[in-house]
Amino acid sequence: MTLDRLFNTVAAWALALLWVLPLAYAVWTAFHPAAYEARFDLFAPLTLENFAKAWAAAPFRRYFLNTFILVTVILLGQLLLCTLAAYAFARYQFPGRGILFALVLVQLLIMPDILIVENYKAIRALDLVDTIPAIALPYIASGFGIFLLRQTFMSVPKELEEAAQVEGMSSLGILLKIYVPLAVPTYLAYGLVSVSHHWNNFLWPLIITNSVETRPVTVGLSIFSSIDSGVEWSVINAATLMTSGPLLLAFLLFQRQFVQSFMRAGIK
Amino acid sequence: MLRTRGWIHAWLLLSPAFVFLIAFTHYPALTTLWNSFFTTPRGRRPRRWAGLDNYDTLIADPVFWKVLGNNLIYALGTIPLSIVIALAMALWVNRQFTGRSFVRMAYFTPTVLPMIAVANIWMFFYTPGFGLIDQIGSALGFGQTNILGSADSALYGVMAVTIWKEAGFFMIFYLAALQTIPVSLTEAARIEGAGSWTILRRVTLPLLMPTTLFVSINAVVNSFRMVDHIFILTGGGPDNASSLLLFYIYEVAFRFWDTAYAATLTVVVLIFLMGLAIGQFFLFDRKVHYR
Repeated sequence: MTLDRLFNTVAAWALALLWVLPLAYAVWTAFHPAAYEARFDLFAPLTLENFAKAWAAAPFRRYFLNTFILVTVILLGQLLLCTLAAYAFARYQFPGRGILFALVLVQLLIMPDILIVENYKAIRALDLVDTIPAIALPYIASGFGIFLLRQTFMSVPKELEEAAQVEGMSSLGILLKIYVPLAVPTYLAYGLVSVSHHWNNFLWPLIITNSVETRPVTVGLSIFSSIDSGVEWSVINAATLMTSGPLLLAFLLFQRQFVQSFMRAGIK
Repeated sequence: MLRTRGWIHAWLLLSPAFVFLIAFTHYPALTTLWNSFFTTPRGRRPRRWAGLDNYDTLIADPVFWKVLGNNLIYALGTIPLSIVIALAMALWVNRQFTGRSFVRMAYFTPTVLPMIAVANIWMFFYTPGFGLIDQIGSALGFGQTNILGSADSALYGVMAVTIWKEAGFFMIFYLAALQTIPVSLTEAARIEGAGSWTILRRVTLPLLMPTTLFVSINAVVNSFRMVDHIFILTGGGPDNASSLLLFYIYEVAFRFWDTAYAATLTVVVLIFLMGLAIGQFFLFDRKVHYR
């Protein structure tokens, strides 16, 4: 029994160490002078020089701003559209409900990420190529968000709504005053998942942007690290950590909430 | 009268979301199929009806078969392994032991990183000569490796990165599910004299079936959807050895600008995903143990 416990603990630790190794190695090189990138020395001098070099070598300030605008626009759009749609599915009876809900669920499998060819044509037809709205548009309506909020709304006791109706509250008032406040944990969970997902998105922004003014950090980072201009590995690692820094920091600070919201988002 | 007003309310509430859903998911899925029957318009030459020509090209295209095979190896290699690792992680982290929160953080951190960043980190790890793998290798007396540069191993190098990133993500779902299993069940089994292994196999795993199904579907979708790391790690090479379907679609559409053939390739992905949807609906749902 205790042997069993010991074995499990040791195995859990061994896997954890193996799992942090790539990241730890990147952190180590990013904070040390380039001369040490291939030489492990515990007493090598620490430096922030690599971060300064990376920051100066590419317009990361602009990339960060673009990503920030992008995730904000997407999140606000998603919250609005998903709330309205989820409310309709949760509390109304109407013809076409089943089919329309099935169409929402289709998006859980067939995501806009795969339909890059046709969506590019659509964005070009709208004359929006190389704009931030173009990156956001395909993701504004999220099947996942509608599904998640519908589940939450359906668990709201009907008596609450009936009481409000007796008091003469309108449907929209009921949604805003009763349903939305009760769903705050779901909104939080969904918000974290959405922000981290779109902060990390790459392929679609790569296709639809081609200037510094619109590129998010992921595309900026890939351009920065792919040019064979002899950029030092330590600088690339610094840039890599920098671009994931805000999310990583947020994760370390709010670890519990993060894990819980991912869990909440996953429970069907 | 009141009833129809309710209908109209509901439709009005749905309409904004549906405008976007249809415009960027349903409609493009249909036009993908439609466009696969035409030629690519080039310059002043408009597109014309091609019938099944694109599909003939597809069947005769060795790169397509190579990439499809890669995608299958990729899915079969990464999905079961990351699920097993995720399950082990969740079972470990679900117990009390010294350093539990560090261990959980170590497992989950790769999930928060952008795939591009993950690829950069691993690129450095893999670098022939001074990457960590070669450094450890040379210390142990092995020669230099070039995992991503040789056609035999490039795909496996890419797969390792995927497993590293996804296992922690799936762990979260297993953790959530484990916490809903009543302790009384495992306790009862223990009183009956069942060992840990039997409890895991006969009690815990069956109760985790819905999670496994959910995670598997997620993983299959991701194996078609997630190709970001290929851009950094190998660019699909050498000689398409590590290319996946979506990466090939990207190349055909946005490097060779053959949008009709790219649409045809997308149809193949759509068929796989539709098969998955149908399979989930008719087959798995019945076999899964629900509480």
